Amino acid sequence: MGKVIYIFEKDISTDHIYPGRYMATVLPTETPQFCFADMTELNKNLNDNKYPAGSVLIAGENFGCGSSREQAASTIKGHGLEVIAKNFARIFLQNSINLGLNLITCPDIEANLDDEIEIFEDKVINKTTGNEFKVVPLPPARKAIVEAGGLIPYTRKKLLEEKSK
Amino acid sequence: MGMTIVEKILAKASGQKHVKPGDVLEPKIDVAMSHENAALVINQFNEVYKGTNYEPEVWDPSKIAIIFDHRVPAESSKTATNQKKIRDFVKKNGIKKFHDIRSDEGGICHQILAEYGYIKPGYVVVGTDSHTTTHGAFGAFAFGIGATEMAAGWTLGRILNVEVPETIKVVINGKLPENVYPKDLILYLIGKISAQGANFKVLEFHGEVIKNMSQSGRLVLCNMAVEAGATSGIVPADEETVRYLREAGVKENLDFYNADEDAKYCQVVEINADELVPQIACPHTVDNVKPITEVLGKKIDQIVIGSCTNGRIDDLEIAASILKGNKVSQGTRMLIFPASWNIYKQAMKKGFLEVFSDSGAIIMNPGCGCCLGVHQGALGDGEVALSTTNRNFKGRMGNPKGEVYLCSPAVAAASAITGEISAPEKISMKGGIN
Repeated sequence: MGKVIYIFEKDISTDHIYPGRYMATVLPTETPQFCFADMTELNKNLNDNKYPAGSVLIAGENFGCGSSREQAASTIKGHGLEVIAKNFARIFLQNSINLGLNLITCPDIEANLDDEIEIFEDKVINKTTGNEFKVVPLPPARKAIVEAGGLIPYTRKKLLEEKSK
Repeated sequence: MGMTIVEKILAKASGQKHVKPGDVLEPKIDVAMSHENAALVINQFNEVYKGTNYEPEVWDPSKIAIIFDHRVPAESSKTATNQKKIRDFVKKNGIKKFHDIRSDEGGICHQILAEYGYIKPGYVVVGTDSHTTTHGAFGAFAFGIGATEMAAGWTLGRILNVEVPETIKVVINGKLPENVYPKDLILYLIGKISAQGANFKVLEFHGEVIKNMSQSGRLVLCNMAVEAGATSGIVPADEETVRYLREAGVKENLDFYNADEDAKYCQVVEINADELVPQIACPHTVDNVKPITEVLGKKIDQIVIGSCTNGRIDDLEIAASILKGNKVSQGTRMLIFPASWNIYKQAMKKGFLEVFSDSGAIIMNPGCGCCLGVHQGALGDGEVALSTTNRNFKGRMGNPKGEVYLCSPAVAAASAITGEISAPEKISMKGGIN
Protein backbone atom coordinates (compact mmCIF):
# COMPACT_ATOMS: atom_id res chain seq x y z
CA MET A 1 0.00 0.00 0.00
CA GLY A 2 1.30 3.45 -0.89
CA LYS A 3 0.25 7.07 -0.98
CA VAL A 4 -0.27 9.06 -4.17
CA ILE A 5 2.57 11.61 -4.24
CA TYR A 6 2.03 13.16 -7.66
CA ILE A 7 -0.57 13.28 -10.43
CA PHE A 8 0.66 13.82 -13.98
CA GLU A 9 -1.21 14.88 -17.07
CA LYS A 10 -0.98 12.89 -20.34
CA ASP A 11 2.07 12.69 -22.63
CA ILE A 12 4.75 12.93 -19.93
CA SER A 13 7.94 12.34 -21.92
CA THR A 14 11.24 10.82 -20.87
CA ASP A 15 12.59 14.40 -21.09
CA HIS A 16 10.31 15.24 -18.14
CA ILE A 17 11.30 12.11 -16.25
CA TYR A 18 15.03 12.37 -16.92
CA PRO A 19 16.09 15.58 -18.73
CA GLY A 20 18.52 15.24 -21.63
CA ARG A 21 21.25 17.24 -19.97
CA TYR A 22 21.80 14.44 -17.43
CA MET A 23 22.18 11.75 -20.08
CA ALA A 24 25.93 11.44 -19.50
CA THR A 25 24.97 9.82 -16.19
CA VAL A 26 24.02 6.27 -17.08
CA LEU A 27 24.45 3.88 -14.17
CA PRO A 28 21.24 2.84 -12.36
CA THR A 29 23.06 3.55 -9.09
CA GLU A 30 23.57 7.19 -10.11
CA THR A 31 20.45 8.11 -12.11
CA PRO A 32 17.94 8.46 -9.20
CA GLN A 33 19.33 11.90 -8.20
CA PHE A 34 18.00 13.42 -11.46
CA CYS A 35 14.50 11.95 -11.28
CA PHE A 36 12.08 14.63 -12.57
CA ALA A 37 14.98 17.07 -12.22
CA ASP A 38 13.14 20.01 -13.81
CA MET A 39 10.27 19.66 -11.31
CA THR A 40 12.34 21.13 -8.53
CA GLU A 41 10.12 20.36 -5.56
CA LEU A 42 9.32 16.79 -6.54
CA ASN A 43 13.00 16.13 -7.26
CA LYS A 44 14.04 17.58 -3.91
CA ASN A 45 11.47 15.57 -1.98
CA LEU A 46 12.56 12.39 -3.73
CA ASN A 47 16.22 13.06 -3.00
CA ASP A 48 15.43 13.93 0.64
CA ASN A 49 13.75 10.49 0.93
CA LYS A 50 10.44 12.07 1.90
CA TYR A 51 8.51 9.35 0.09
CA PRO A 52 8.77 5.74 1.27
CA ALA A 53 9.23 2.94 -1.28
CA GLY A 54 5.86 1.94 -2.72
CA SER A 55 4.70 5.56 -3.06
CA VAL A 56 2.55 6.01 -6.12
CA LEU A 57 2.73 8.21 -9.22
CA ILE A 58 -0.54 8.54 -11.13
CA ALA A 59 -0.34 9.42 -14.82
CA GLY A 60 -2.55 9.92 -17.84
CA GLU A 61 -2.09 8.41 -21.28
CA ASN A 62 1.22 7.88 -23.06
CA PHE A 63 3.46 8.12 -19.99
CA GLY A 64 7.13 7.81 -20.99
CA CYS A 65 6.81 8.93 -24.59
CA GLY A 66 9.81 10.19 -26.52
CA SER A 67 13.44 9.21 -26.14
CA SER A 68 14.56 5.61 -25.56
CA ARG A 69 16.83 6.65 -22.67
CA GLU A 70 16.75 3.83 -20.15
CA GLN A 71 17.67 6.26 -17.39
CA ALA A 72 13.97 7.22 -17.29
CA ALA A 73 13.14 3.74 -16.01
CA SER A 74 16.15 3.31 -13.72
CA THR A 75 15.66 6.72 -12.09
CA ILE A 76 12.08 5.86 -11.03
CA LYS A 77 13.08 2.37 -9.97
CA GLY A 78 15.84 3.82 -7.82
CA HIS A 79 13.25 5.60 -5.69
CA GLY A 80 11.08 2.48 -5.37
CA LEU A 81 8.06 4.23 -6.86
CA GLU A 82 5.00 2.56 -8.37
CA VAL A 83 3.65 4.07 -11.59
CA ILE A 84 -0.03 3.71 -12.46
CA ALA A 85 -0.98 5.20 -15.83
CA LYS A 86 -3.86 5.03 -18.27
CA ASN A 87 -1.27 3.64 -20.68
CA PHE A 88 2.45 3.76 -21.40
CA ALA A 89 4.58 4.51 -24.45
CA ARG A 90 6.17 1.39 -25.94
CA ILE A 91 9.90 1.87 -25.41
CA PHE A 92 9.50 3.12 -21.83
CA LEU A 93 7.22 0.19 -21.00
CA GLN A 94 9.73 -2.28 -22.42
CA ASN A 95 12.69 -0.60 -20.68
CA SER A 96 10.86 -0.72 -17.37
CA ILE A 97 10.04 -4.40 -17.74
CA ASN A 98 13.64 -5.10 -18.73
CA LEU A 99 14.90 -3.42 -15.55
CA GLY A 100 12.23 -4.91 -13.29
CA LEU A 101 10.30 -1.67 -12.73
CA ASN A 102 6.67 -2.61 -12.30
CA LEU A 103 4.31 -0.47 -14.39
CA ILE A 104 0.57 -0.70 -13.90
CA THR A 105 -1.67 0.01 -16.87
CA CYS A 106 -5.03 1.07 -15.51
CA PRO A 107 -7.13 2.93 -18.10
CA ASP A 108 -9.86 4.03 -15.66
CA ILE A 109 -7.71 5.00 -12.67
CA GLU A 110 -9.06 7.82 -10.54
CA ALA A 111 -7.11 9.10 -7.56
CA ASN A 112 -6.24 12.29 -5.73
CA LEU A 113 -3.08 13.40 -4.02
CA ASP A 114 -2.47 11.52 -0.74
CA ASP A 115 -5.03 8.77 -1.53
CA GLU A 116 -3.96 5.35 -0.27
CA ILE A 117 -3.55 2.90 -3.13
CA GLU A 118 -3.28 -0.87 -2.98
CA ILE A 119 -2.02 -2.67 -6.08
CA PHE A 120 -2.90 -6.25 -7.00
CA GLU A 121 -2.06 -8.22 -10.13
CA ASP A 122 -5.50 -7.71 -11.66
CA LYS A 123 -6.79 -4.58 -9.94
CA VAL A 124 -5.95 -1.37 -8.16
CA ILE A 125 -7.94 -0.37 -5.08
CA ASN A 126 -8.15 3.26 -4.02
CA LYS A 127 -8.55 2.69 -0.28
CA THR A 128 -9.42 6.34 0.31
CA THR A 129 -12.38 6.43 -2.08
CA GLY A 130 -13.16 2.71 -1.93
CA ASN A 131 -13.13 2.41 -5.74
CA GLU A 132 -11.62 -0.52 -7.64
CA PHE A 133 -10.05 -0.31 -11.09
CA LYS A 134 -9.12 -3.12 -13.49
CA VAL A 135 -5.48 -3.59 -14.48
CA VAL A 136 -4.59 -4.48 -18.08
CA PRO A 137 -2.36 -7.56 -17.79
CA LEU A 138 1.05 -7.62 -19.44
CA PRO A 139 1.23 -9.69 -22.64
CA PRO A 140 2.78 -13.13 -21.97
CA ALA A 141 5.99 -12.25 -23.86
CA ARG A 142 6.68 -9.42 -21.46
CA LYS A 143 5.49 -11.30 -18.41
CA ALA A 144 8.16 -13.94 -19.02
CA ILE A 145 10.85 -11.28 -18.60
CA VAL A 146 9.28 -9.97 -15.41
CA GLU A 147 9.11 -13.51 -14.01
CA ALA A 148 12.80 -14.04 -14.79
CA GLY A 149 13.61 -10.93 -12.73
CA GLY A 150 14.37 -8.70 -15.70
CA LEU A 151 16.02 -8.95 -19.09
CA ILE A 152 19.57 -9.46 -17.82
CA PRO A 153 18.85 -12.76 -16.00
CA TYR A 154 16.50 -13.75 -18.85
CA THR A 155 19.28 -13.22 -21.41
CA ARG A 156 21.88 -14.90 -19.20
CA LYS A 157 19.70 -18.00 -19.01
CA LYS A 158 19.34 -18.09 -22.82
CA LEU A 159 23.09 -17.57 -23.24
CA LEU A 160 23.90 -20.48 -20.94
CA GLU A 161 21.39 -22.69 -22.75
CA GLU A 162 23.05 -21.88 -26.09
CA LYS A 163 26.59 -22.38 -24.77
CA SER A 164 25.66 -25.81 -23.38
CA LYS A 165 24.28 -27.02 -26.75
CA MET B 1 -4.23 -14.10 -45.12
CA GLY B 2 -1.70 -11.71 -46.67
CA MET B 3 1.03 -9.94 -44.77
CA THR B 4 2.19 -6.35 -44.35
CA ILE B 5 5.82 -5.40 -45.06
CA VAL B 6 6.86 -5.63 -41.44
CA GLU B 7 5.13 -8.99 -41.02
CA LYS B 8 7.09 -10.33 -44.00
CA ILE B 9 10.38 -9.02 -42.65
CA LEU B 10 9.70 -10.48 -39.20
CA ALA B 11 8.66 -13.82 -40.67
CA LYS B 12 11.91 -14.09 -42.60
CA ALA B 13 14.07 -12.91 -39.69
CA SER B 14 12.44 -15.51 -37.42
CA GLY B 15 12.43 -18.42 -39.86
CA GLN B 16 8.63 -18.52 -40.07
CA LYS B 17 6.40 -18.85 -43.12
CA HIS B 18 3.66 -16.65 -41.80
CA VAL B 19 3.24 -14.35 -38.84
CA LYS B 20 0.38 -12.24 -37.56
CA PRO B 21 -0.01 -9.40 -35.03
CA GLY B 22 0.52 -10.61 -31.47
CA ASP B 23 2.82 -13.50 -32.39
CA VAL B 24 5.92 -13.52 -30.21
CA LEU B 25 9.20 -13.90 -32.08
CA GLU B 26 12.95 -13.68 -31.66
CA PRO B 27 14.01 -12.04 -34.94
CA LYS B 28 17.68 -11.95 -35.97
CA ILE B 29 19.29 -8.52 -35.99
CA ASP B 30 20.90 -7.16 -39.16
CA VAL B 31 22.13 -3.87 -37.73
CA ALA B 32 22.41 -2.90 -34.05
CA MET B 33 23.16 0.80 -33.60
CA SER B 34 24.14 2.80 -30.54
CA HIS B 35 25.60 6.23 -29.87
CA GLU B 36 27.08 7.59 -26.64
CA ASN B 37 24.61 5.46 -24.69
CA ALA B 38 26.71 2.46 -25.73
CA ALA B 39 28.43 3.24 -22.41
CA LEU B 40 25.33 1.92 -20.64
CA VAL B 41 24.95 -0.93 -23.14
CA ILE B 42 28.51 -2.06 -22.34
CA ASN B 43 27.70 -2.00 -18.63
CA GLN B 44 24.53 -4.09 -19.12
CA PHE B 45 26.33 -6.43 -21.56
CA ASN B 46 28.98 -7.17 -18.93
CA GLU B 47 26.19 -7.76 -16.40
CA VAL B 48 24.69 -10.47 -18.65
CA TYR B 49 27.98 -12.37 -18.55
CA LYS B 50 28.50 -11.92 -14.81
CA GLY B 51 28.88 -15.25 -12.99
CA THR B 52 28.79 -17.32 -16.20
CA ASN B 53 32.49 -18.35 -16.62
CA TYR B 54 32.37 -16.92 -20.16
CA GLU B 55 34.21 -13.85 -21.38
CA PRO B 56 31.83 -11.20 -22.73
CA GLU B 57 31.80 -11.54 -26.51
CA VAL B 58 29.54 -9.74 -29.01
CA TRP B 59 27.67 -12.04 -31.37
CA ASP B 60 28.84 -10.33 -34.58
CA PRO B 61 31.04 -7.22 -34.58
CA SER B 62 30.26 -6.55 -38.26
CA LYS B 63 26.60 -5.90 -37.44
CA ILE B 64 27.14 -3.45 -34.61
CA ALA B 65 27.30 0.26 -35.43
CA ILE B 66 28.45 2.88 -32.92
CA ILE B 67 28.34 6.53 -33.86
CA PHE B 68 29.17 9.49 -31.61
CA ASP B 69 26.67 12.29 -32.15
CA HIS B 70 24.71 13.23 -29.05
CA ARG B 71 27.37 15.27 -27.33
CA VAL B 72 30.20 15.98 -29.78
CA PRO B 73 32.80 17.12 -28.96
CA ALA B 74 32.14 16.12 -25.35
CA GLU B 75 30.37 18.76 -23.26
CA SER B 76 31.62 17.28 -19.97
CA SER B 77 34.37 15.11 -18.57
CA LYS B 78 31.71 12.46 -17.89
CA THR B 79 30.74 12.23 -21.57
CA ALA B 80 34.39 12.25 -22.65
CA THR B 81 35.10 9.38 -20.25
CA ASN B 82 32.09 7.44 -21.61
CA GLN B 83 33.31 8.03 -25.17
CA LYS B 84 36.77 6.79 -24.18
CA LYS B 85 35.28 3.64 -22.61
CA ILE B 86 33.30 3.01 -25.82
CA ARG B 87 36.39 3.50 -28.03
CA ASP B 88 38.25 0.89 -25.97
CA PHE B 89 35.31 -1.52 -26.31
CA VAL B 90 35.11 -0.94 -30.08
CA LYS B 91 38.80 -1.71 -30.46
CA LYS B 92 38.72 -4.78 -28.24
CA ASN B 93 35.68 -6.25 -30.01
CA GLY B 94 36.66 -5.34 -33.57
CA ILE B 95 33.52 -3.30 -34.26
CA LYS B 96 33.85 -1.96 -37.80
CA LYS B 97 30.92 0.42 -38.19
CA PHE B 98 32.37 2.88 -35.73
CA HIS B 99 32.21 6.62 -36.44
CA ASP B 100 34.27 8.75 -34.12
CA ILE B 101 34.34 12.54 -33.68
CA ARG B 102 36.08 13.14 -37.01
CA SER B 103 35.27 15.25 -40.05
CA ASP B 104 36.05 12.38 -42.42
CA GLU B 105 33.47 9.94 -41.01
CA GLY B 106 31.27 11.63 -38.43
CA GLY B 107 27.70 12.82 -38.17
CA ILE B 108 24.34 12.04 -36.64
CA CYS B 109 23.86 8.29 -36.22
CA HIS B 110 20.76 8.05 -38.43
CA GLN B 111 22.35 10.07 -41.21
CA ILE B 112 25.51 7.96 -41.06
CA LEU B 113 23.56 4.67 -41.23
CA ALA B 114 21.78 6.05 -44.31
CA GLU B 115 24.65 7.62 -46.21
CA TYR B 116 27.08 4.75 -45.63
CA GLY B 117 24.53 2.31 -47.06
CA TYR B 118 24.43 0.28 -43.84
CA ILE B 119 20.65 -0.28 -44.07
CA LYS B 120 19.07 -2.40 -46.79
CA PRO B 121 15.47 -3.26 -47.60
CA GLY B 122 14.16 -6.17 -45.54
CA TYR B 123 16.61 -5.65 -42.67
CA VAL B 124 15.75 -5.83 -38.98
CA VAL B 125 17.40 -2.75 -37.48
CA VAL B 126 17.49 -1.86 -33.80
CA GLY B 127 19.00 1.21 -32.23
CA THR B 128 19.27 2.57 -28.72
CA ASP B 129 17.66 5.73 -30.01
CA SER B 130 13.95 6.29 -30.47
CA HIS B 131 14.46 7.84 -33.92
CA THR B 132 15.74 4.53 -35.26
CA THR B 133 12.33 4.46 -36.95
CA THR B 134 14.10 6.61 -39.60
CA HIS B 135 15.39 3.52 -41.40
CA GLY B 136 11.95 2.30 -42.30
CA ALA B 137 12.53 4.68 -45.22
CA PHE B 138 14.62 1.85 -46.74
CA GLY B 139 11.85 -0.71 -46.44
CA ALA B 140 13.47 -2.10 -43.28
CA PHE B 141 11.84 -2.83 -39.93
CA ALA B 142 13.69 -0.41 -37.70
CA PHE B 143 12.83 0.42 -34.10
CA GLY B 144 14.20 1.99 -30.97
CA ILE B 145 15.11 -0.07 -27.92
CA GLY B 146 16.72 0.53 -24.53
CA ALA B 147 20.29 -0.18 -23.50
CA THR B 148 19.53 -3.47 -21.71
CA GLU B 149 17.62 -4.79 -24.72
CA MET B 150 20.63 -3.87 -26.86
CA ALA B 151 22.91 -5.73 -24.43
CA ALA B 152 20.73 -8.82 -24.98
CA GLY B 153 21.03 -8.22 -28.74
CA TRP B 154 24.83 -7.93 -28.59
CA THR B 155 24.89 -11.23 -26.67
CA LEU B 156 22.51 -13.34 -28.74
CA GLY B 157 22.10 -11.52 -32.09
CA ARG B 158 18.36 -11.58 -31.66
CA ILE B 159 15.75 -9.36 -30.13
CA LEU B 160 13.92 -11.36 -27.49
CA ASN B 161 10.18 -11.52 -27.18
CA VAL B 162 9.18 -9.20 -30.01
CA GLU B 163 5.45 -9.04 -30.45
CA VAL B 164 4.42 -8.62 -34.10
CA PRO B 165 2.88 -5.13 -34.21
CA GLU B 166 -0.32 -4.17 -35.94
CA THR B 167 0.06 -1.89 -38.95
CA ILE B 168 -1.72 1.35 -39.83
CA LYS B 169 -1.82 2.05 -43.57
CA VAL B 170 -1.27 5.72 -44.36
CA VAL B 171 -2.22 6.67 -47.91
CA ILE B 172 -1.12 10.09 -49.11
CA ASN B 173 -2.45 11.07 -52.51
CA GLY B 174 -2.30 14.27 -54.53
CA LYS B 175 0.79 16.45 -54.70
CA LEU B 176 2.58 18.49 -52.06
CA PRO B 177 1.96 22.19 -52.88
CA GLU B 178 4.83 24.64 -53.25
CA ASN B 179 6.50 25.43 -49.91
CA VAL B 180 4.98 22.32 -48.32
CA TYR B 181 7.47 19.57 -47.48
CA PRO B 182 7.57 16.05 -46.02
CA LYS B 183 8.08 17.68 -42.59
CA ASP B 184 4.72 19.45 -42.93
CA LEU B 185 3.12 16.20 -43.97
CA ILE B 186 4.38 14.21 -40.99
CA LEU B 187 3.53 17.01 -38.54
CA TYR B 188 0.02 17.08 -40.02
CA LEU B 189 -0.31 13.31 -39.60
CA ILE B 190 0.91 13.40 -35.98
CA GLY B 191 -1.54 16.20 -35.23
CA LYS B 192 -4.31 14.16 -36.81
CA ILE B 193 -3.71 10.83 -35.05
CA SER B 194 -2.08 12.23 -31.83
CA ALA B 195 1.18 11.54 -30.01
CA GLN B 196 -0.05 8.07 -29.09
CA GLY B 197 -2.11 7.38 -32.21
CA ALA B 198 0.29 4.69 -33.39
CA ASN B 199 1.61 3.44 -30.01
CA PHE B 200 2.82 -0.20 -30.44
CA LYS B 201 1.94 -0.01 -34.16
CA VAL B 202 3.69 0.45 -37.50
CA LEU B 203 2.90 3.30 -39.89
CA GLU B 204 3.16 1.96 -43.45
CA PHE B 205 3.25 4.80 -45.99
CA HIS B 206 1.66 4.56 -49.43
CA GLY B 207 0.21 6.79 -52.15
CA GLU B 208 1.31 9.02 -55.02
CA VAL B 209 3.12 11.49 -52.78
CA ILE B 210 5.28 8.71 -51.30
CA LYS B 211 6.04 7.19 -54.73
CA ASN B 212 7.25 10.60 -55.95
CA MET B 213 9.11 11.46 -52.77
CA SER B 214 12.92 11.50 -52.60
CA GLN B 215 14.70 9.18 -50.18
CA SER B 216 15.52 12.23 -48.09
CA GLY B 217 11.81 13.03 -47.67
CA ARG B 218 11.00 9.44 -46.78
CA LEU B 219 13.66 9.59 -44.06
CA VAL B 220 11.83 12.62 -42.59
CA LEU B 221 8.49 10.77 -42.48
CA CYS B 222 9.85 7.61 -40.88
CA ASN B 223 12.08 9.59 -38.50
CA MET B 224 9.08 11.24 -36.90
CA ALA B 225 6.81 8.17 -36.93
CA VAL B 226 7.89 7.66 -33.32
CA GLU B 227 6.34 11.02 -32.41
CA ALA B 228 2.97 9.39 -33.04
CA GLY B 229 4.15 6.58 -30.76
CA ALA B 230 4.84 4.21 -33.67
CA THR B 231 7.16 1.25 -33.19
CA SER B 232 8.35 2.02 -36.71
CA GLY B 233 7.46 3.80 -39.91
CA ILE B 234 8.00 2.01 -43.20
CA VAL B 235 8.02 2.94 -46.89
CA PRO B 236 7.99 0.17 -49.52
CA ALA B 237 11.43 0.05 -51.16
CA ASP B 238 11.45 0.97 -54.87
CA GLU B 239 13.73 2.36 -57.58
CA GLU B 240 14.33 5.53 -55.51
CA THR B 241 15.60 3.38 -52.61
CA VAL B 242 17.89 1.54 -55.01
CA ARG B 243 19.15 4.80 -56.54
CA TYR B 244 20.04 6.15 -53.08
CA LEU B 245 21.77 2.96 -51.95
CA ARG B 246 23.76 2.61 -55.21
CA GLU B 247 24.95 6.19 -54.77
CA ALA B 248 25.92 5.25 -51.22
CA GLY B 249 28.11 2.53 -52.73
CA VAL B 250 25.94 -0.52 -52.12
CA LYS B 251 26.68 -3.07 -54.85
CA GLU B 252 24.93 -6.23 -53.71
CA ASN B 253 21.51 -7.42 -54.88
CA LEU B 254 18.64 -5.89 -52.96
CA ASP B 255 15.58 -7.85 -51.86
CA PHE B 256 12.31 -5.96 -51.69
CA TYR B 257 9.19 -6.65 -49.72
CA ASN B 258 5.84 -5.18 -50.48
CA ALA B 259 2.59 -5.67 -48.66
CA ASP B 260 0.19 -8.32 -50.01
CA GLU B 261 -3.04 -7.14 -51.62
CA ASP B 262 -4.98 -8.76 -48.79
CA ALA B 263 -2.67 -7.66 -45.97
CA LYS B 264 -4.59 -6.78 -42.84
CA TYR B 265 -4.38 -3.26 -41.41
CA CYS B 266 -5.83 -2.17 -38.09
CA GLN B 267 -6.59 1.28 -39.49
CA VAL B 268 -6.34 3.20 -42.76
CA VAL B 269 -5.58 6.92 -42.72
CA GLU B 270 -6.00 8.89 -45.95
CA ILE B 271 -4.54 12.31 -46.56
CA ASN B 272 -4.97 14.56 -49.57
CA ALA B 273 -1.69 16.45 -49.90
CA ASP B 274 -3.15 19.05 -52.28
CA GLU B 275 -4.78 20.88 -49.40
CA LEU B 276 -1.79 21.02 -47.03
CA VAL B 277 -0.18 24.24 -45.86
CA PRO B 278 3.02 24.52 -43.78
CA GLN B 279 2.46 23.05 -40.31
CA ILE B 280 3.84 24.09 -36.93
CA ALA B 281 4.02 21.86 -33.83
CA CYS B 282 3.45 24.21 -30.90
CA PRO B 283 4.68 23.79 -27.30
CA HIS B 284 4.86 21.41 -25.49
CA THR B 285 3.78 18.32 -27.44
CA VAL B 286 4.57 17.25 -30.99
CA ASP B 287 0.89 16.62 -31.70
CA ASN B 288 -0.08 20.20 -30.84
CA VAL B 289 0.03 20.94 -34.57
CA LYS B 290 -1.47 24.03 -36.18
CA PRO B 291 -1.50 25.37 -39.73
CA ILE B 292 1.09 28.15 -39.97
CA THR B 293 -1.66 30.72 -40.48
CA GLU B 294 -2.62 30.36 -36.80
CA VAL B 295 0.85 31.19 -35.44
CA LEU B 296 2.19 33.75 -37.92
CA GLY B 297 3.99 36.62 -36.24
CA LYS B 298 5.14 34.72 -33.14
CA LYS B 299 8.45 36.31 -32.08
CA ILE B 300 11.42 33.90 -32.21
CA ASP B 301 14.71 34.13 -30.29
CA GLN B 302 16.49 31.09 -31.72
CA ILE B 303 16.11 29.39 -35.09
CA VAL B 304 17.59 25.90 -35.49
CA ILE B 305 18.09 23.97 -38.71
CA GLY B 306 19.48 20.49 -38.30
CA SER B 307 18.97 17.11 -36.59
CA CYS B 308 18.31 13.60 -37.86
CA THR B 309 15.00 14.96 -39.15
CA ASN B 310 15.99 17.95 -41.27
CA GLY B 311 19.74 18.48 -41.51
CA ARG B 312 20.32 16.96 -44.95
CA ILE B 313 21.67 18.66 -48.05
CA ASP B 314 18.23 19.33 -49.56
CA ASP B 315 17.19 20.98 -46.28
CA LEU B 316 20.27 23.19 -46.34
CA GLU B 317 19.65 23.99 -50.00
CA ILE B 318 16.12 25.21 -49.24
CA ALA B 319 17.42 27.30 -46.35
CA ALA B 320 20.24 28.76 -48.44
CA SER B 321 17.92 29.65 -51.32
CA ILE B 322 15.74 31.63 -48.91
CA LEU B 323 18.58 33.21 -46.92
CA LYS B 324 20.70 34.24 -49.93
CA GLY B 325 21.07 38.01 -49.96
CA ASN B 326 19.11 38.30 -46.69
CA LYS B 327 20.13 38.78 -43.08
CA VAL B 328 19.03 36.93 -39.97
CA SER B 329 16.89 39.43 -38.05
CA GLN B 330 18.68 41.38 -35.31
CA GLY B 331 17.61 39.96 -31.96
CA THR B 332 17.21 36.48 -33.41
CA ARG B 333 20.05 33.97 -33.59
CA MET B 334 20.22 31.14 -36.08
CA LEU B 335 22.08 27.85 -35.61
CA ILE B 336 22.65 25.43 -38.47
CA PHE B 337 23.77 21.86 -37.79
CA PRO B 338 24.46 19.84 -40.95
CA ALA B 339 23.48 16.24 -40.18
CA SER B 340 26.91 14.85 -41.14
CA TRP B 341 30.36 16.02 -42.17
CA ASN B 342 29.67 14.66 -45.63
CA ILE B 343 26.71 17.05 -45.85
CA TYR B 344 28.81 19.85 -44.36
CA LYS B 345 31.34 19.42 -47.17
CA GLN B 346 28.67 19.28 -49.86
CA ALA B 347 27.20 22.48 -48.46
CA MET B 348 30.64 24.05 -48.53
CA LYS B 349 31.17 23.12 -52.19
CA LYS B 350 27.73 24.36 -53.20
CA GLY B 351 28.28 27.70 -51.51
CA PHE B 352 25.56 27.24 -48.88
CA LEU B 353 27.91 27.74 -45.94
CA GLU B 354 28.97 31.10 -47.38
CA VAL B 355 25.32 32.12 -47.72
CA PHE B 356 24.69 31.12 -44.09
CA SER B 357 27.69 32.96 -42.70
CA ASP B 358 26.93 36.07 -44.80
CA SER B 359 23.40 36.06 -43.38
CA GLY B 360 24.59 36.00 -39.78
CA ALA B 361 23.69 32.35 -39.07
CA ILE B 362 26.12 30.26 -37.03
CA ILE B 363 27.34 27.08 -38.71
CA MET B 364 27.74 24.42 -36.04
CA ASN B 365 29.62 21.15 -36.16
CA PRO B 366 27.52 18.18 -37.32
CA GLY B 367 25.81 16.29 -34.50
CA CYS B 368 22.58 16.31 -32.52
CA GLY B 369 23.46 19.75 -31.17
CA CYS B 370 20.84 21.53 -29.12
CA CYS B 371 17.97 19.19 -30.15
CA LEU B 372 18.16 17.30 -26.87
CA GLY B 373 19.22 20.23 -24.72
CA VAL B 374 22.62 19.06 -23.58
CA HIS B 375 24.92 21.61 -25.17
CA GLN B 376 25.36 24.05 -28.07
CA GLY B 377 22.36 26.35 -27.95
CA ALA B 378 20.31 26.25 -24.75
CA LEU B 379 17.37 28.63 -24.44
CA GLY B 380 17.16 31.39 -21.86
CA ASP B 381 14.18 31.76 -19.50
CA GLY B 382 11.11 32.75 -21.50
CA GLU B 383 12.88 32.35 -24.85
CA VAL B 384 11.22 30.82 -27.90
CA ALA B 385 12.86 28.55 -30.47
CA LEU B 386 11.64 27.61 -33.93
CA SER B 387 13.38 24.45 -34.98
CA THR B 388 13.45 21.80 -37.71
CA THR B 389 14.16 19.15 -35.07
CA ASN B 390 11.66 16.55 -33.92
CA ARG B 391 10.67 17.23 -30.30
CA ASN B 392 9.30 20.20 -28.39
CA PHE B 393 8.75 18.70 -24.93
CA LYS B 394 9.08 21.04 -22.00
CA GLY B 395 12.77 21.41 -21.23
CA ARG B 396 13.83 19.76 -24.46
CA MET B 397 16.17 22.56 -25.57
CA GLY B 398 17.85 22.71 -22.18
CA ASN B 399 15.39 24.93 -20.32
CA PRO B 400 11.92 24.09 -18.98
CA LYS B 401 11.21 27.84 -19.03
CA GLY B 402 11.72 27.97 -22.81
CA GLU B 403 9.37 27.08 -25.66
CA VAL B 404 10.07 25.09 -28.84
CA TYR B 405 8.03 25.24 -32.04
CA LEU B 406 8.77 22.71 -34.82
CA CYS B 407 8.65 23.40 -38.55
CA SER B 408 10.16 22.70 -41.98
CA PRO B 409 13.53 24.16 -43.08
CA ALA B 410 11.70 26.58 -45.41
CA VAL B 411 9.63 28.06 -42.59
CA ALA B 412 12.71 28.17 -40.32
CA ALA B 413 14.74 30.10 -42.92
CA ALA B 414 11.92 32.50 -43.77
CA SER B 415 11.29 33.16 -40.09
CA ALA B 416 15.00 33.79 -39.44
CA ILE B 417 14.82 36.79 -41.76
CA THR B 418 11.78 38.34 -40.10
CA GLY B 419 12.48 37.20 -36.52
CA GLU B 420 8.94 35.85 -36.25
CA ILE B 421 7.07 32.83 -37.58
CA SER B 422 6.65 33.59 -41.29
CA ALA B 423 5.43 31.74 -44.37
CA PRO B 424 8.16 30.99 -46.94
CA GLU B 425 6.23 32.53 -49.84
CA LYS B 426 6.28 35.91 -48.10
CA ILE B 427 10.06 36.13 -48.42
CA SER B 428 11.31 37.67 -51.65
CA MET B 429 13.89 35.47 -53.27
CA LYS B 430 16.86 37.58 -54.28
CA GLY B 431 18.14 34.85 -56.55
CA GLY B 432 18.85 31.16 -56.32
CA ILE B 433 22.12 29.44 -55.56
CA ASN B 434 24.67 28.86 -58.39
